[in-house]
Amino acid sequence: MPDHPEHLGLVAHQFDDIEQQREAATLGMWAFLATEVLFFGGLIVAYAVYRHEYFLSWRKGSEELDKFTFLNISAGAWNTLVLLTSSLTVVLSVHAAKHGKNALLLRMLLATMVLGAAFLGIKFLEYSNDYREHLIPGPNFSPEVSNHVQLFFVMYFAMTGLHALHMVIGLGLFTWLAVQTLRRKITPDRHQAVETIGLYWHFVDLVWIFLFPLLYLVR
Amino acid sequence: MQHRDESLKTCYIVYALLIVLLVLTVIAARVDFSQHGFDYLNLNIVIALVIAVLKAVLVMLFFMHVRLSSRLTWVFASTAFFFLALLLAFTVADYSARPMDRTIAPPDAPVVANFDHP
Repeated sequence: MPDHPEHLGLVAHQFDDIEQQREAATLGMWAFLATEVLFFGGLIVAYAVYRHEYFLSWRKGSEELDKFTFLNISAGAWNTLVLLTSSLTVVLSVHAAKHGKNALLLRMLLATMVLGAAFLGIKFLEYSNDYREHLIPGPNFSPEVSNHVQLFFVMYFAMTGLHALHMVIGLGLFTWLAVQTLRRKITPDRHQAVETIGLYWHFVDLVWIFLFPLLYLVR
Repeated sequence: MQHRDESLKTCYIVYALLIVLLVLTVIAARVDFSQHGFDYLNLNIVIALVIAVLKAVLVMLFFMHVRLSSRLTWVFASTAFFFLALLLAFTVADYSARPMDRTIAPPDAPVVANFDHP
């Protein structure tokens, strides 16, 4: 019998109380995020080794990336601004969900999705610019620069591509949350999904916080 | 364990700090400090990475609620970074101990050969 009868029906039978259930959900997401840290971490170590070996080519590659700007600020910096802001809207969504403010929750979920889509839009413009400038590794890669600059772009596309895939998955999860909110399935008692998916979104932001200096600010 | 919450005011302050750090890192990248420090670990990249770590700590502690989470969550969250640090430290220690000749390294020369490593 649960300690708090008011939570009857909200707590799955394997848990003592709602706190333990919440803790289990949070830990489950953190266990997944730990595997993700090492997933992206492997790429970052590969990046570090090649940067150590070919640091001048790495600088050259980063300078090429830095040429694609809006208002003289690189696309990577704009994307960092977009993602940090989306993390704030996620915090506000969790807060709204906890206090049963459904209209605010829906607005904040949609704001997060708009910011996520803006990130992918800027990324798309950047990739198309890379295509025009012959910076996509392969037979059409620019003959102006060395093979090691090409290696930098292999790392760039692997890291940002994997990150963009996570963004697309995140957008899918937030669409689901928005639908659940519209169906009034998210209540102060049942808002764990918003928190857990929020953790995932913050993690994707966290990865970008490291990719941004590694790819765009190398000198 | 009692479930506690970060106040919204704290979250806005953290967001403002994150934006300040972003502006700082963009400005710092425009100044050329590359003469200081090792060539592949010069002052520019050190500043950029220190700011990145600060931003990551802020996001984890406040936005991901690690600050107010149970100790078990702390263990889960730090384990991954501990093993990543091991992987990074030993790999980089190995590579940086190898002799290298960086005297010839024109990155914009249209060469197919391995010229960073003559």
